[in-house]
Amino acid sequence: MKDSGKAQSFVGSPYALELRGVGRTFGALVALNDVSMNVQAGERRAVLGANGAGKTTLFNAITGDFPPTSGRITFFGEDITELPPHERIRRGLRRTYQNSLLFNNLSVRDNLYLAQRGVSRGRFSFRRPGADDPAIEQTENMARFVHLEEVLNLIVSALSHGQQRQLEIGMALAGAPRLLLLDEPAAGLSAAERTDLMSMLNGLPSHIGFIIIEHDLDVALKVVENVTIMENGRVFKEGSPSEIQEDPDVQAIYLGESHR
Amino acid sequence: MRGSNAQVIRGTSQADVLWHVLVFVFLLVYPWIASPFWTVQIGAQSLILGMIALSLTFLAGYGGMVSLAQVSVAGCAGYTVAVLGVNSFNMGLGWPWLAAVILAIVIATLFGTLIGAISVQTTGIYTIMITLAIAVGFYYFARQNYNILNGWNGFAGLKPPVIGGVNWRDPVPFYYLSLAVVAVAYFVVVYLRRSTFGLSLQGIRDNDRRMQALGFNVRAHRILAYTVAALIASFGGVLMIWLNGRISPGSIGIGPTIDILVIAVIGGLGHPVGAFIGAVLFTLLENFAIDLIASERFNLLIGAVFLAIVLFSPDGLLGLWQKLRQWTAPATH
Repeated sequence: MKDSGKAQSFVGSPYALELRGVGRTFGALVALNDVSMNVQAGERRAVLGANGAGKTTLFNAITGDFPPTSGRITFFGEDITELPPHERIRRGLRRTYQNSLLFNNLSVRDNLYLAQRGVSRGRFSFRRPGADDPAIEQTENMARFVHLEEVLNLIVSALSHGQQRQLEIGMALAGAPRLLLLDEPAAGLSAAERTDLMSMLNGLPSHIGFIIIEHDLDVALKVVENVTIMENGRVFKEGSPSEIQEDPDVQAIYLGESHR
Repeated sequence: MRGSNAQVIRGTSQADVLWHVLVFVFLLVYPWIASPFWTVQIGAQSLILGMIALSLTFLAGYGGMVSLAQVSVAGCAGYTVAVLGVNSFNMGLGWPWLAAVILAIVIATLFGTLIGAISVQTTGIYTIMITLAIAVGFYYFARQNYNILNGWNGFAGLKPPVIGGVNWRDPVPFYYLSLAVVAVAYFVVVYLRRSTFGLSLQGIRDNDRRMQALGFNVRAHRILAYTVAALIASFGGVLMIWLNGRISPGSIGIGPTIDILVIAVIGGLGHPVGAFIGAVLFTLLENFAIDLIASERFNLLIGAVFLAIVLFSPDGLLGLWQKLRQWTAPATH
């Protein structure tokens, strides 16, 4: 078990993601306070904490949806603190959202195609994608990976909740992701869908790391190597799943008796 | 899992193609069965108004951006042609018509792009307000500038050219000129719907934050949409001054600005053809209001139609038609 790291140089960084003293305020509210964290390339990590602990704000700070008001963030050694969200995505960072953010008036195929196109060339093309466009083939491959090939032409608003979560993950996997930020991907899923989700996450190529926010510890602790516990916008503890489960402080504030 | 027909997105159907062919054939033979009044004052005017409304439909329907400055863009093109070319006030530079038109299209498109660059800083009601402010500003600029734009009087004597012995101001040639330009614009907009750019615009309309999280530069896409819309509106502006033979601040005031919004909403923002359906209804009411109620009550009449459409069919007449088709279609289960 170790406490969160303190500020240090990014030069020659061996990490996929480094956060140094990251803070985010909304007026007088301090949502993130001096958060520091190192994530290795290919690492799978869970970020746990009670509601309001700052987990989603942390994701928003990393992706630039709500940039940090203090601190620095590097991605594979590059300082991305000032970059707009789309530039961070093009560098291999991906995310899903707590509440599915999909294009409800477009088809599953269109959603996956846009995800592919967003991280490739030709984003401004006035041409319709032809059958020989690599993005079309990649779209269909991704649909198969997330088990949505049967509903490719269906409008997204007609999908079940579970299918929408699968689509979220499929879109996040477009292109060549290096680090995924998964915000409660199991929320609202049935037991069978959760099993599928775990299988999907465990089946990701080893070079793709992810950070997962998940309240279902049966999902979160089975697919990660490391866990970060957050409380009141700060990193409270870090360690392996077994270390976290055994930690009396963590049990007291978060896990409860059932995980002793 | 299976979806109903309404839930499945398919490409262009044979029925769609057939409808387009039938309408296009009708539009081709229309001048031969209609009087000059119906050819120009109803036919050509509907096409041109529809084209300017099409630029708004493109922005609002595809991109979710309601701009009230499209008439200003069209007016910019019209004024530029008047200033660079020949007009009856002898204030024009006398350029050849083609050079004047090309430069007018370029200047108006740049003007529309600039409006976009300013407007995309905002969303929703604020976009409407900022583009309305630009439209009002341009109106007052035109009204007060006598050195170049001839102030309140504007310009008259603006005519389409005579090419190859054909006077394009004559009703039938002018109708076909309008139809050709409008057809190109319409099919470009329809084509763009399923293009990468069109899909990305629809994604931005549905969820701009998500589009950023997919790697799209949302701001740049929105500005480019304004550029495309400005290109369409500027062609409409040139045709409009050739139709009317004049342009003045009244052509770009609040009235025409709201008219285009009304046309686009009445027809339906969901599909490019809505702009032309709205334009036909608007033109018919404008010309024949006098037969229904007093002509000075036209705004009351069109306002009532607008209100009814907004209340009962937010997708316009096109949405009403689609609802009717769904109700009358046999069950597929």
